[in-house]
Amino acid sequence: MTAVDLRVAQRPNAPMTTYRYDEYDAAFVSERVAEFREQVNRRLSGALTEEEFRPFRLMNGLYLQLHAYMLRVAIPYGTLTARQMRRLADIADKWDKGYGHFTTRQNLQYNWPKLVDTPDILESLADVEMHAIQTSGNCIRNVTADHFAGVAPDEIEDPRPTAEFLRQWSSLHSEFSFLPRKFKIAVTGAEHDRAAILVHDIGLRIVKNDEGEIGYQVVVGGGLGRSPFIGKVVGEFVPREDLLAFLEAILRVYNRFGRRDNKYKARVKILVHEKGIDEIRAAVEAEFAAMDRTVFAHDAEEFERIAAFFAPPPYDSLPATSALLRAAKLETPAFANFVDVNVGAHKIPGYAIVTVSLKPIGAVPGDASSDQMRVLADASERFGFGELRVSHEQNIILPHVKQDDLFALWRMLDAAGLATANAGLVSDIISCPGLDYCSLATARSIPIAQAISKRFSDMSRQRRIGKLGVKISGCINACGHHHVGAIGILGLEKKGQESYQITLGGDPTFSASIGEILGPGVTAEQVPDVVEHLVDYYLAEREEGEAFIDTWRRIGHARFKDVLRREGEDGADI
Amino acid sequence: MPVFKHPQILIASNLTDGEVVFLGPSGWERDHRRARIARKADEATALEALGKCDISANRVVDVYLADVEIGSDGAPTPLHYREKMRVKGPSVRLDLGKQAGEGAL
Ligand code: HEM
Ligand code: SF4
Repeated sequence: MTAVDLRVAQRPNAPMTTYRYDEYDAAFVSERVAEFREQVNRRLSGALTEEEFRPFRLMNGLYLQLHAYMLRVAIPYGTLTARQMRRLADIADKWDKGYGHFTTRQNLQYNWPKLVDTPDILESLADVEMHAIQTSGNCIRNVTADHFAGVAPDEIEDPRPTAEFLRQWSSLHSEFSFLPRKFKIAVTGAEHDRAAILVHDIGLRIVKNDEGEIGYQVVVGGGLGRSPFIGKVVGEFVPREDLLAFLEAILRVYNRFGRRDNKYKARVKILVHEKGIDEIRAAVEAEFAAMDRTVFAHDAEEFERIAAFFAPPPYDSLPATSALLRAAKLETPAFANFVDVNVGAHKIPGYAIVTVSLKPIGAVPGDASSDQMRVLADASERFGFGELRVSHEQNIILPHVKQDDLFALWRMLDAAGLATANAGLVSDIISCPGLDYCSLATARSIPIAQAISKRFSDMSRQRRIGKLGVKISGCINACGHHHVGAIGILGLEKKGQESYQITLGGDPTFSASIGEILGPGVTAEQVPDVVEHLVDYYLAEREEGEAFIDTWRRIGHARFKDVLRREGEDGADI
Repeated sequence: MPVFKHPQILIASNLTDGEVVFLGPSGWERDHRRARIARKADEATALEALGKCDISANRVVDVYLADVEIGSDGAPTPLHYREKMRVKGPSVRLDLGKQAGEGAL
């Protein structure tokens, strides 16, 4: 028995499609919990002031928000087991208010934990190999990955071993625990980018060279926030054995030159922008050439050890298409719509990838009740090897469902209010918590998402409109990705009122672009009207097969601006 | 010192559970209508000083003054929409927070 088999055997209820902690990991996490318990006690006794305590609490994912504390739990590369999902539900019931919020960074946020309960919550998480480390602070944050990892037909390689490899390296790296600012890394192994790698501090794209060897295209300096940038290529092809050394070279250059004097200029994107990618590339290459790389000699071996955890589940061999599925679609139109919109092709014949939308019409994007979490855990066990994924679009994925089982799964989801067939459509809105929860917010974002969702509640109209990314942030920090929304909405304060700035043309994929401002800010009530006018104009102008973003690119921003101006003059309520 | 334009109350977060609290006549209250109102600049300064004491005593964190208007019943209502949210709870979950009668000290 290999070490991996042994560890899996010790946990009979755990599927082996994700990383399992070894003793070292487990000890590390439980030490951190014990340490934090001690820190909380010292805070409560007054031995630590808030200034002294704040860095410790942030290092453990605990924020102070508008109405209460908020705990951010990491879901590394978005992969969860059924057991972990159930634990998240239990924590929500025991220590929070019966729900959680799935975020764009593959985290889960609890909105109401008490400071005094947090050590118990962390202990309960550690018990299922979860934690809140590196969800905050100026360190390398939770590494995110394509949520279709390991199952997408367009994939060169599963990005999760890489993400886990990076997580282990970065978790322990004292040199990089006090970076000038937080640092976010995303990985994709596919031809289509579902992980928004071009808007991360470092984006990794797994590629194959002409010799058929696997390596990484390394992109640096992307980011959203106050000053959005698309990342630039710093390494065209970095072989796997050099990856960590190359990333360390980047981080060292950043550590050396990154601006610590001004929080708003401290991200690596500003450094890349100010110095230019050529200078950065030269500095990284020089650093890489000069560094002692013997410490990385065992990287390839370690990578293989990790990769073994992500072995595919024991799939059955099945025909490529399912007669049962075809029949059920004919019989039940609502199911057919669900399959057409939320179900994607799988690389294994006879299987499918299912997106469970956490955006029912009028609901809070990304919120799931503890009951829904349990239904999802059950569904994954009945129909998908007990594995779930969290997408950066704030939805849940069941990555390995037999096509034959889709109808039964749909009925189960439908009964729990989880069968909304809107993945990728106009009501599948990304929204940050905004002023309903966040202490940094300048305006609310969730009610805007709800209003747009309700405006487009006619599902057949949504399908006619097709793929359209609406993304909303409640302040300039851009946690809701508004810069890369085909329609982006940013909540601001104008003369003591909430005001919304609309941008068009954002795109988070390999064809990345930052949205352009449409015009002066509008009120909350006006936002759904504006969105509707924009959508109607697109429908009138689009050519065969064009998504909103394609039409916008073809006919140009000015035409969309004009429409709004004309509508305004005609006395419409804009 | 900022110009004193409106009456003010002192807002904070309770250390142990993060609940939003308001300095009242005798200690922290979870209902803003029971907050002590500063009607002059020196009264506001006095409220702030009391707040600082309770920061040192590890009772509350994140303490600040918020502008209010005073209703016919004499109770204060925050002027800014951010603090209006804080005295109620999330506008998208009317079943949670102070607006739902939750929370206690
Ligand atoms: C509620 C507490 C939150 C706080 C205090 C917070 C704080 C911040 C700040 C200060 C920034 C700007 C960083 C910079 O530009 O240097 C930021 C960016 C960001 N946050 Fe949050 N955030 C919160 C919630 C969230 C949530 C709920 C999500 C996911 C939905 C999220 C995901 C992101 C993303 C994706 C960015 C922009 C990407 C980038 O860093 O360039 N944050 N956040
Ligand atoms: S964008 Fe602003 S309002 Fe939204 S979660 Fe981030 S910091 Fe809060």
